[in-house]
Amino acid sequence: MNKTVESLAASVIDIESGMTLMIGGFGGAGAPIELIHALIDRFIATGSPRNLTVVNNNAGNGRIGIAAMIDAGMVAKMVCSFPRSSDPRAFTEKYLAGEIALELVPQGTLAERIRAGGAGIPAFYTPASFGTDLAEGKPTAEFDGRMYVQERWLKADAALLKAELADTMGNLTYRKAARNFSPLMAAAAKLTIVQATSIVAAGEIDPEHVVTPGIFVTRIVCVPAPQQEEALLRAGAAYA
Amino acid sequence: MRTKLSNAQIAWRAAQDIEDGAYVNLGIGFPEMVAKFQPRGRQAIFHTENGILNFGENPPAGEEDWDLINAGKRAVTLRPGAAFFHHADSFGMVRGGHLDIAILGTYEVAETGDLANWSTGPKGVPAVGGAMDLVHGARRVAVITDHVTKDGRPKLMKRCSLPLTGIACVTRVYTSLAVIDIENARFVLREKLPGMSVDEVQAVTGAELVIPSRIGDLVAPELQ
Repeated sequence: MNKTVESLAASVIDIESGMTLMIGGFGGAGAPIELIHALIDRFIATGSPRNLTVVNNNAGNGRIGIAAMIDAGMVAKMVCSFPRSSDPRAFTEKYLAGEIALELVPQGTLAERIRAGGAGIPAFYTPASFGTDLAEGKPTAEFDGRMYVQERWLKADAALLKAELADTMGNLTYRKAARNFSPLMAAAAKLTIVQATSIVAAGEIDPEHVVTPGIFVTRIVCVPAPQQEEALLRAGAAYA
Repeated sequence: MRTKLSNAQIAWRAAQDIEDGAYVNLGIGFPEMVAKFQPRGRQAIFHTENGILNFGENPPAGEEDWDLINAGKRAVTLRPGAAFFHHADSFGMVRGGHLDIAILGTYEVAETGDLANWSTGPKGVPAVGGAMDLVHGARRVAVITDHVTKDGRPKLMKRCSLPLTGIACVTRVYTSLAVIDIENARFVLREKLPGMSVDEVQAVTGAELVIPSRIGDLVAPELQ
């Protein structure tokens, strides 16, 4: 088994318009910049994919990554907890103009909905948001004297993730706090596409150290020396 | 003499109640300051929503590793015994009752323990982050805040007027004038600035204070 593909372009070839796309990262940590930009390249060349629903903690920053997808007009809806950033122009302008939809989800609920999606749990109860505007219309129930809100799983057609180390079977490790949502998203997507800083032969990652087992990973592409979103922002970079 | 505590002094006061070895989450912004004022000989373990336990100070400019950030997206460092984990484990630590204390900023807090700290109304782009999760699960949920708004209106109220973050979740409020516990849906005055009378504190508080027989002096050192 070898899940490696040779090019970024080939790795995102089957992402289609209208899909729900989970993208790893919290702020700049874990943002798969090269995969996102490969998808933008395809959109610019072919007009597809568009009308995407994107799931991420944030809603893009500056003129790169998810913000560049929004700027390019590929995104119809964001599902996120915190659509603000140091430079939130891309999302803010389209949101205030009514050109992009927002599903605002408490951060822990977002993580657990994704986890549930990958684990085959259609719904669960959480104390978060009980009694607030974000619980409106959702079923509630009492357990042991406390009130909880029912939340449903979140699944995706595809996930774009950034790993530090992969083996050819798709086993992954991450770098520091770049892990965040990625192990959850890997399991919740039908098609999990991973850029890894290096790819080694099966057996070269100690099984005790695997964070995401390869069963959750569809394909991997090697991106040595990946760009870091925060570093790009500070350099004033723009894409597309 | 100062007529109220500075933000740093409020953060200092809150830090005095954190035990050695406590697991602590500090909200982004002003609450992050609490970490600087741990009493000598005590070492809390700080949790950040994006998957780190036991992070330390911000690194010097130029030495940031942008894969090592806190929930406020600021670069941090690690202390010996740090751990990384994914977001579902991170919020499991929060909701699962594993944190000893969460310290948050706020717009308003009600005598019922209701908190409003995520939205000032329908204008603009709404953003909630982890606030609605953080108010549930920690053994103690404390708020640090100026006692009144910039234009002098009470932030401690009978009922919050802004959209709620959570209901009946706050257990203690550290303000620029007082330390107030929330017990049985009432504000109980525990400490006040020595230069203020109980009536003066009550006059800038939007709900009736319960006055116990003994009230401590709220005194903090001069800080930067």
